[in-house]
Amino acid sequence: MTVLDTTPRFADPDAAYRAIIEAHRGLTEAESADLNAALVLILANQIGDLVILQQALALARATLGHAPRSILSADDTKLVT
Amino acid sequence: MKAAKPFARFAYRRHADQARATPAAYPVVIIGAGPVGLTLAIDLKLRGVDCVLLDDQDRIGGGSRAICFAKRTLEIWDRLGCAAPMLEKGVRWNIGKVFQGEDLLYQFDLLAEPGHKMPAFINLQQYYAEKFLVEHAQALGLDLRWLNRVVGIEAGGQGARLGIETPDGAYSLDASFVIACDGARSPARALLDLDFMGEAFEDQFLIADVRMTAAFPVERWFWFDPPFHSGKSCLLHKQPDDIWRIDLQLSPDADAEHERRPELVRPRIERMLGHGAFELEWISVYRFQCRRLERFVHGPVIFAGDAAHQVSPFGARGANSGVQDADNLGWKIAAALRGRAGMIESYDRERSEAADENILNSTRATDFIAPRHMAEARFRDAALALARQTAFGKRFVNSGRLSTPTAYRNSPLSTPDDAGWADGPPPGAPMPDAPLGNGYLSERLGHGFALLHRPNGNERPAISGLPLIEVTDSDEALIQRFELMPGSAYLIRPDRHIAARFRGTGRDAIVAALQRAGAV
Repeated sequence: MTVLDTTPRFADPDAAYRAIIEAHRGLTEAESADLNAALVLILANQIGDLVILQQALALARATLGHAPRSILSADDTKLVT
Repeated sequence: MKAAKPFARFAYRRHADQARATPAAYPVVIIGAGPVGLTLAIDLKLRGVDCVLLDDQDRIGGGSRAICFAKRTLEIWDRLGCAAPMLEKGVRWNIGKVFQGEDLLYQFDLLAEPGHKMPAFINLQQYYAEKFLVEHAQALGLDLRWLNRVVGIEAGGQGARLGIETPDGAYSLDASFVIACDGARSPARALLDLDFMGEAFEDQFLIADVRMTAAFPVERWFWFDPPFHSGKSCLLHKQPDDIWRIDLQLSPDADAEHERRPELVRPRIERMLGHGAFELEWISVYRFQCRRLERFVHGPVIFAGDAAHQVSPFGARGANSGVQDADNLGWKIAAALRGRAGMIESYDRERSEAADENILNSTRATDFIAPRHMAEARFRDAALALARQTAFGKRFVNSGRLSTPTAYRNSPLSTPDDAGWADGPPPGAPMPDAPLGNGYLSERLGHGFALLHRPNGNERPAISGLPLIEVTDSDEALIQRFELMPGSAYLIRPDRHIAARFRGTGRDAIVAALQRAGAV
């Protein structure tokens, strides 16, 4: 049975996280959203397994209620510092 | 513009039934002489089932409406004896191209596999298809009654009584089965007060047929965000008689009456074609819907085609699935009239599975073509961008997944495999055509069950009334397509789906499968 692997998979998770962040540096919110859309499709194809993809989508949806929204503006477009 | 001009007209004739004191009774009355009703009526006629075909019009409408007829539909019409004029008149096409902006993203070729009698698709105006079907029905002596409008349906346990209005006044008919093939706005569905469940899409589409002599190739061209129709989608497709179908996506809030005015349509199409040397033949504005009846069978009243289920046009799944409804239903009605139980229920099961598959595919295509909100549009555009660089990106792009016949995975009529099969059509799947001898397998089949068999030197599986089609070692393409090892056999249903298959040909197993599939 195929199951979404939620154990740490990267030897250096900080480097992987950083790579994602850096790819977004200098982009507008719209460009950033476009980049994410392309990235999701690329990674979904790399996974190539609908069951795992659905589990990943469910996990991502489950995080929506738990993000620290207090630091975001009403339209989620820019950080309020 | 000649939008309202009928393509053909037929004479209303008073029928002797209209003077009867008590209603005449028929095994089957079909409502609606469109492609579905005509296909079913011809099929029943060829099975010796007496039927009446009623239509509330006296004409074939001038608009092209359906234009793409798929291989399966052509195979059905070939069995019924009327594919030849369709093939002669229709435009064959194999290449589809998908553009974004001015760039070609990719192209596909429908000419997948040789060795089929019928082409993958032809484009043919629906009015031609209907004309050829009407001519065939008339040649067969079918009881076609124009300007007969059904205004009442009284369904009971043994059949239904129809109230019918004509230019000579009202009369009634009794029928064991009433088949409603009366289209997306089905009056029969309204008379029975049935819910048509599903969703409507927000975006509207302008559908136009233009007449021009053009240098465009005979291909299906689909644009996302073309330079001549910014931010929207567009389809261009060739029909016979120098007619071209153009679909233009409009905004959700576009005023349909306004948009269909020729003075607005012309400049749009001029921008698209780069010239004004065309005539507008037909214009319509649609808001597409994907809906279905929860059940296609309501006692003696059975729904087929758009009356039972409606899809958006991307993928040509409307008329093609309706003709397959008729193909699925004809032999089952004949069996039910002989007293065989469960056949009409199996129509509901099998064609529900097909309707769900068609709705799923056309909904996905419509959502891709007309994204519902910003996030959907982003993913769509990301897929288009990736399609320029990657093979997997091309597979995400969806301008319509073209109609193919549904494999009935859970049919009560199928006998599950009891031996190992790695390939070939499983029980419930549509039978693929293949070369056989000097012709094709499809030509060797009639209107009933048949057994496709590859001998292995043992006794032949002779079963009374079951035609045996023997394959020889030289029929290599067929053997490969069916994984037909010596001694193997396929039991093929009248609608040319697989009922069962056997690695050995034990007589008892074949007889049992025949019984299960409704042959007796």
